[in-house]
Amino acid sequence: MADINQSDRPLSPHLSVYRMPMNATMSILHRATGVAMAASGLLIIWWFLAAAISPSYFNFVNGLATSWVGDIVLTLSLFSLWYHFTNGIRHLIWDTGSNLGMRRVQRSGVTGIAVTIILTALTIYIA
Amino acid sequence: MVELTLPKNSRIRVGKSWPKPEGATNTRKFLIYRWSAEDGENPSVDTYFVDLDDCGPMVLDALIWIKTNIDPTLSFRRSCREGICGSCAMNIGGQNHLACIFGMDEVKGDVKIYPLPHLPVVRDLVPDLTHFYAQHASIMPWLETQTNQPTKEWRQSIEDRKKLDGLYECVMCASCSTSCPSYWWNSDRYLGPAALLHAYRWIIDSRDEATGERLDDLEDPFKLYRCHTIMNCTQTCPKGLNPARAIAEIKKKMVARTI
Repeated sequence: MADINQSDRPLSPHLSVYRMPMNATMSILHRATGVAMAASGLLIIWWFLAAAISPSYFNFVNGLATSWVGDIVLTLSLFSLWYHFTNGIRHLIWDTGSNLGMRRVQRSGVTGIAVTIILTALTIYIA
Repeated sequence: MVELTLPKNSRIRVGKSWPKPEGATNTRKFLIYRWSAEDGENPSVDTYFVDLDDCGPMVLDALIWIKTNIDPTLSFRRSCREGICGSCAMNIGGQNHLACIFGMDEVKGDVKIYPLPHLPVVRDLVPDLTHFYAQHASIMPWLETQTNQPTKEWRQSIEDRKKLDGLYECVMCASCSTSCPSYWWNSDRYLGPAALLHAYRWIIDSRDEATGERLDDLEDPFKLYRCHTIMNCTQTCPKGLNPARAIAEIKKKMVARTI
């Protein structure tokens, strides 16, 4: 095949045509929630920092945190935390070499999402 | 590296729509990826209508029907038509399958067919698998021994032989590796599920005497550890094998030998 010009060959489509199964969606969501948690960590630091700077600045940041926008961000952060936590447990189990059959993967995925929603709701209810 | 969009020369344009076969009442629409080096144009998706009353049930039957009755220039690989040669792997209805053992009735709506994802295209549904095969060769897919050749064959107990079940059946169709986003972004250095499944097949072979070297060779941030257990490989494998489990077992062996 050495005589064939290979440089002009197109790349076959990937993301745009692949119908992602649940396992793949949950995998990318695991990474996304990890990034989201890092971002919420920074927001918490901002909140503490504001408290250390001045009462007026704290009132401003605290006002944001307790507004409806803050509520949405906090809820999403909580979801990220619990999703990353439960999915992390799935990964720990997989790393032992068990539950890697496709049926088990699907079942643990559904369970994980259910647990995430319950824990998120419970945290909001308690807090 | 992650590149979400296709390069300029790979963007897909709307292609030719072939007329419905004359006199056919029971037709199905097929949308098929086309590209040829000869016309110097970007890839396109052509539309065909297959006469279901004149065609077998599998996607490969439809492709052969189109090539015979409508467009002889349509190119694809096929050989055994019974899922044992691994030639006709392609992206059908958004996931990778062997066209010969995948029924048209398993796809909802129009049947969309693309080559295996994220590979250089040679023509139409024929991807370039040179790199994929080179990766397979790199894991030494043969029995490595130090001891003298036995007078008869290398013996293996029934239990040890059983460890190879679910591994030796792999036909190297590349469905798994090309379903893996990690392989899409890092195939230059990540070996991918198929090559790693084969690596594991030799690592656990009781007759093989190079287990240490095999593991040494995989101890690399990319070759093995770009697997993030996305599980697309196992989900798509047309032979029902589990490359993700094989990779997990290699990772376990890596840990086990350091403690």
